[in-house]
Amino acid sequence: MLNKTAHYLSRSRSILPELIAILLAFLLSAIILTITGYSPLRAFNALFRGAFGNKFGIGQTLTQATPILFTSLSFLLAFRSGLFNIGIEGQFLMGAFAAAIAGSVFHGIPPIIHVLITLIAGGLFGALWCLIPALLKIFTGASEVITTMMMSYIATYLTSYFVNYRFKAPGWVAQTNPIQTSAVLPKILPPTQLSVSFLISLAFTVLVYYFLFKTYLGFQIRAVGLNPAASENRGIHVHSRLIMAFLFSAFVAGVGGAGEVLGVHGRFVEGFSPGYGWDGIAVSLVGRLHPFGCIFASILFGMLRAGGMTMTRMTKVPLDISLIIQSLVIILVAAPSFIKYIILRRKD
Amino acid sequence: MNLTSIINLSLFQASLRMATPIAFAALGGMFTERAGVVNIGLEGIMLNSAFFAVFATYLTGSSILGVLAGMASGCLLGIIMAILTVKYQGNQIVVGTGINVFGLGFSAYMCQKIWGSRGASDTIVGLRTLDLPFLNRIPWVGPIMNNQNELVYLMILISILSHFFLYSTRWGLRLRAVGENPQAADTSGINVYQYKYFFVILGCVVSSLGGVFLSIGHLNFFAWGMTSGRGFIALAAMILGKWTPFGCLAASFLFGITDALQMRLQALGILPSQIILLLPYAITIFILAGFVGRSIAPSDYKPYVKQ
Repeated sequence: MLNKTAHYLSRSRSILPELIAILLAFLLSAIILTITGYSPLRAFNALFRGAFGNKFGIGQTLTQATPILFTSLSFLLAFRSGLFNIGIEGQFLMGAFAAAIAGSVFHGIPPIIHVLITLIAGGLFGALWCLIPALLKIFTGASEVITTMMMSYIATYLTSYFVNYRFKAPGWVAQTNPIQTSAVLPKILPPTQLSVSFLISLAFTVLVYYFLFKTYLGFQIRAVGLNPAASENRGIHVHSRLIMAFLFSAFVAGVGGAGEVLGVHGRFVEGFSPGYGWDGIAVSLVGRLHPFGCIFASILFGMLRAGGMTMTRMTKVPLDISLIIQSLVIILVAAPSFIKYIILRRKD
Repeated sequence: MNLTSIINLSLFQASLRMATPIAFAALGGMFTERAGVVNIGLEGIMLNSAFFAVFATYLTGSSILGVLAGMASGCLLGIIMAILTVKYQGNQIVVGTGINVFGLGFSAYMCQKIWGSRGASDTIVGLRTLDLPFLNRIPWVGPIMNNQNELVYLMILISILSHFFLYSTRWGLRLRAVGENPQAADTSGINVYQYKYFFVILGCVVSSLGGVFLSIGHLNFFAWGMTSGRGFIALAAMILGKWTPFGCLAASFLFGITDALQMRLQALGILPSQIILLLPYAITIFILAGFVGRSIAPSDYKPYVKQ
């Protein structure tokens, strides 16, 4: 039995540790709920009903999953090359802001071309935002964890400055002017906010999969992530592959931000991201650092965000329990050997 | 308007006050990183301790118990962090990210449960400022140091003690060895795991004082996300201070000035607050770019596996 379990866990395709991390997170949250005087069964029931119970719930869950899928793909791309892109939030925001500007200033362009231009503008600005960390990593060896994080905060304040001063639309709210109708991504499940952006995120998932696992460049990037020294010996230019992985990663984050602006908000609104960039880190780990795994993991996190609202309305449980569940999932997937210990403990 | 109405002694007094939470977190982060564990969970640790400090003070009416409760919460998160990163070699960055999300979620959840508002708690009677007349006799430094609360003095004391500890005691030397070269430290008979555990937890306790200061030393209530990025600024201060206690103190003071300046300029409407708020982060990028001397980490932060 022990050997069987150990064998099962060691197989790279096994998702058991992730499932157990998720279950444990719900269990621990249930304990917190019980101690604070709520019924976990009622709360979780409302959470799942809100997220999947009807068409509206499903639409909202997928709407929330969309940006998270983008950011998790972004994290994954960098991580596969051995880089820790912690500043996805900033690249996401810069992409969103660039898209809001490109979406509103250009007039009279055919819709599809306008959408393409704004998405690419978003991606490029996202990529631009990690250029400094990428160059510093190569030339001074500065840890990308710190530099991308700092750039992320700079992006938060910079976009906040832009929408409060330079690019502020008339009125009280800190937001930019609405984008032209030619740049709007249509909704696909009214009355929910689910838009074509969701389909684009799925397309990007396939694209990232194809790139990483079916192209030579993708193979080189993964090789650099697994063993930089050996890759260098085999004639792979490690530095250029790192920069590419970094820029692709930030590009995807930027497109994700653009997708939110074109599909959901129609403009850049200050503070519209509740931390999608940070979610991406956890989601891609829960998704086993595989593009297709990210789809499921992002739906799980989307569910927590979308279902949380219904749960709070129906059971009066504070909304932040969904944040607590998320954080526990993150902490638990961070240490797979801890999960393995829990599973194997009795038999050891 | 003249410049002295903005830049004067009371600005520096406010700067020292605003530097205190950053310095606590930076010193705490320094200990954790000296033990070879990256601590990006400072923000969450501070938020959690800020909540518990107010909660305990609210329940007992004693701000001393509030301080202790905040430290206990930091200790608990430190133990979790140490077990997952040292014993189970979990990914330090991911654990830290999780702790940040947990701090934000848990403090808001409890705040809503107890006070019925996600945004802010009730006001409590926090730490009082101390009037120490003898300080006023010292020119310049005296007025800046005077009329602060106990935690400000504790922060200065901790940085002096940390410096002494790191560079003048055998345990400090061993701690530095554990971070720099755990294999060598182990070979020379140091219990690497014991050092890692102890200093990861100690680091979290020290940084939790930063959160305690914000809630019961500065505002006298808990507010949603009240650390507003100070945990990350503390990371920057730690790097700028090159992982040394006095370096952390000086860098925190520099960032404290930008914080204090930001409030004044915002009140006067001169410079948009966002531009000043992003300065600490921009400065850190410049430093890491090598414009202000290299900053070399005290460890490679790899989990240590005993051979």
